[in-house]
Amino acid sequence: MNRRWSDRLIDNLLYPLAAVLLAFLFGAVILLLQGVNPLEAYSSMVTGAFGSKNGLADTLVKAVPLMLVGLGIAIAFRGGVINIGAEGQLIVGALFTTWIGVQLGEQLPGAIAIILGLVGGALAGGVWGGISGYLKAKMDVNEILSTVMLNAIAIQIAFLLLRGPMIDPAELAAGTNIPHSARLPKTTDMPRFTDLAQMLGITGGADEVGIGGYLGEIYNVLVQPSRLHSGFIFAVIMAILVYIFLWRTTIGYRIRAVGLNRHASRYAGMNVPRTIVLSMTLSGMFAGLAGAVEILGLHHRMFEPTAVSAGYGFTGIVVALFGKLHPLGIIPSSILFGGLLVGGDKMQRAMQVPQVLTVAIVGLIILFVVSTDYLVRRRQNRRLSAEPDSLTTPDEPASPSITSAEVSA
Amino acid sequence: MNGELTTIAIILGIIHQGIRLATPYLFAALGETFSQRSGVLNLGVEGIMLMGAFFSFYVASETGNLWLALLAAIIIGVLMGLFMAVVSITFQAEQGISGIGLYLFGLGMSSLLFKTMIGSVTGITGFSELQFCVTDSFCLADIPVLGEIFFSHSILTYGAFLLVPISVWLLKRTTWGLKVRSVGQNPEAADSVGVSVNRARYAAVILGSALAGIAGASLSISLLNVFQENMINGIGFIAVALVYFGGWSPVGVMFGALLFSTISALQLWGQVLGLNISSNISVMLPYILTIVALAIPFRRAAQPAALTKPFSRGEN
Repeated sequence: MNRRWSDRLIDNLLYPLAAVLLAFLFGAVILLLQGVNPLEAYSSMVTGAFGSKNGLADTLVKAVPLMLVGLGIAIAFRGGVINIGAEGQLIVGALFTTWIGVQLGEQLPGAIAIILGLVGGALAGGVWGGISGYLKAKMDVNEILSTVMLNAIAIQIAFLLLRGPMIDPAELAAGTNIPHSARLPKTTDMPRFTDLAQMLGITGGADEVGIGGYLGEIYNVLVQPSRLHSGFIFAVIMAILVYIFLWRTTIGYRIRAVGLNRHASRYAGMNVPRTIVLSMTLSGMFAGLAGAVEILGLHHRMFEPTAVSAGYGFTGIVVALFGKLHPLGIIPSSILFGGLLVGGDKMQRAMQVPQVLTVAIVGLIILFVVSTDYLVRRRQNRRLSAEPDSLTTPDEPASPSITSAEVSA
Repeated sequence: MNGELTTIAIILGIIHQGIRLATPYLFAALGETFSQRSGVLNLGVEGIMLMGAFFSFYVASETGNLWLALLAAIIIGVLMGLFMAVVSITFQAEQGISGIGLYLFGLGMSSLLFKTMIGSVTGITGFSELQFCVTDSFCLADIPVLGEIFFSHSILTYGAFLLVPISVWLLKRTTWGLKVRSVGQNPEAADSVGVSVNRARYAAVILGSALAGIAGASLSISLLNVFQENMINGIGFIAVALVYFGGWSPVGVMFGALLFSTISALQLWGQVLGLNISSNISVMLPYILTIVALAIPFRRAAQPAALTKPFSRGEN
């Protein structure tokens, strides 16, 4: 028996939106205490993030790493493990991609170098996540703690490499020694949207084509020069692939089964430890991919690791939760939170409100969203007891039950 | 002879610094011990420490009253703990995630308030190092070797070490401690004999968070006497791991804290002496050590059986 659509709407949309609203309400109180009109501040946020061509492009640019990280975190969640290490996985991914690009970019055709860079980033992130998965599966090390520690280790490794073997030779020559890498060869730049439009023979702006108003702005985002790069298309394709993987393949089914009930999965003959390692590795791979795409599509060089990861590893958690751990839900969710980050920056410029307010708001949204899960579960239980005949076919829980301290098989 | 003297001086310096730097680890990790013993993994310690550090620094620089500053850190710790408790205990949220939410909230709020209320990095006069003067001319701190190591710390450092036996006593010898341990080990059984599981957990989490607030204050008004954005820099996360490291016992946690603080002290002295160890490697070391320590199997037996598992009566 399917859930009624109204129940689905309340569980999947209304509760998360209420959580966001509550967080912004708290933000409004803070703004009021600072002597800033919250309505003005928030409207500068929204118009900054979504109102113009450049704002929209920046929002989508930030949605790319958030989407990829969010997909990884959702896979881990679905597999019953918690990945708080996306920051570190993103950093090692970005590092390895940079290394590949700098070393091989000149010798190889651009497309092949890009593919190698993406694969390399994913592999590095996968290894970094896999370590935590292995430690959990084989030695029962709490993955929450190991991923947090691996974040700190990744940051130090990045500084070590960027001050040593990977430092930009130009920095050494100039004697400034700023820890960043050389720029990757131009051929390894992932094409921007405007490059793609030109390839298709579309050159005119919205005015020339005769599209006015907000639609014109959107048209310009796609066609005119901006920072928006093809990583966005790549991330959306990845989201669709993850959906197919989780719901249409045997391995994906196994991951979800282990996430829902570890013991039942073991009795059904599944290799639970191996699935845990796989979930964490895949999760790390997507964070690593996010790092790779940031380098190839946006930065084109590696620099201060925490500025490259930019908190995406943590914001990705709320992106995944807000997208209800569903790959297709994560697409709009990542755009929304990309907008929040861009909007925070615009608000700082317009209203002199420090951008860090958005960090606090993201934290609150996480707290409120995980709290509403409880309300959803309670509503579901109540529905189940109200309809005795549905007991035989219970609803799929809104999110898998995760008992991280549970001793693995 | 001269060379030997300096070696001794360096070793004394490292030991002194190790004891000093153990202060924030001790407050935070002992607090977290209460929380985890009751079955709640509070991963938000870092965020609570940041808030505690900010508010105590702010009150200290506004009023000059350090005890009032410490009280501010405790109050903000209690409030943050209450928030964590509502989300993780009443709303049964996944504790690893809610902890990260609390961390980001604390990080964002402390940075925001620092930028708008203080603005630039300035120093204050924090708790000074006690001298234990017996007479006008003789202080315990003047005793060679021992005085230097043990009798020249700020009152917060002594408080942190005093908290170790107090924690042991609270957990092992009081009815409250028994309740906390029982709801962390077997909440159903505790519930069946009339212990309010959630009330015991609330108390443990809030006490732990108040101590995390003090841990933050110990940095901003005693050890460093400044506030900077993100100044806790991972100590809160290490403190959470230290509880695992110490096998959920206050004494074990103390040894873990001393080990980590001594490594930090070695780091500082390595830099002073110009030793050619990359600072990146020495910063990395505690984190690698933590992971290795977590993988050691013998402490598993001590883990509270219901850690990270929310309790709800009549379900499951």
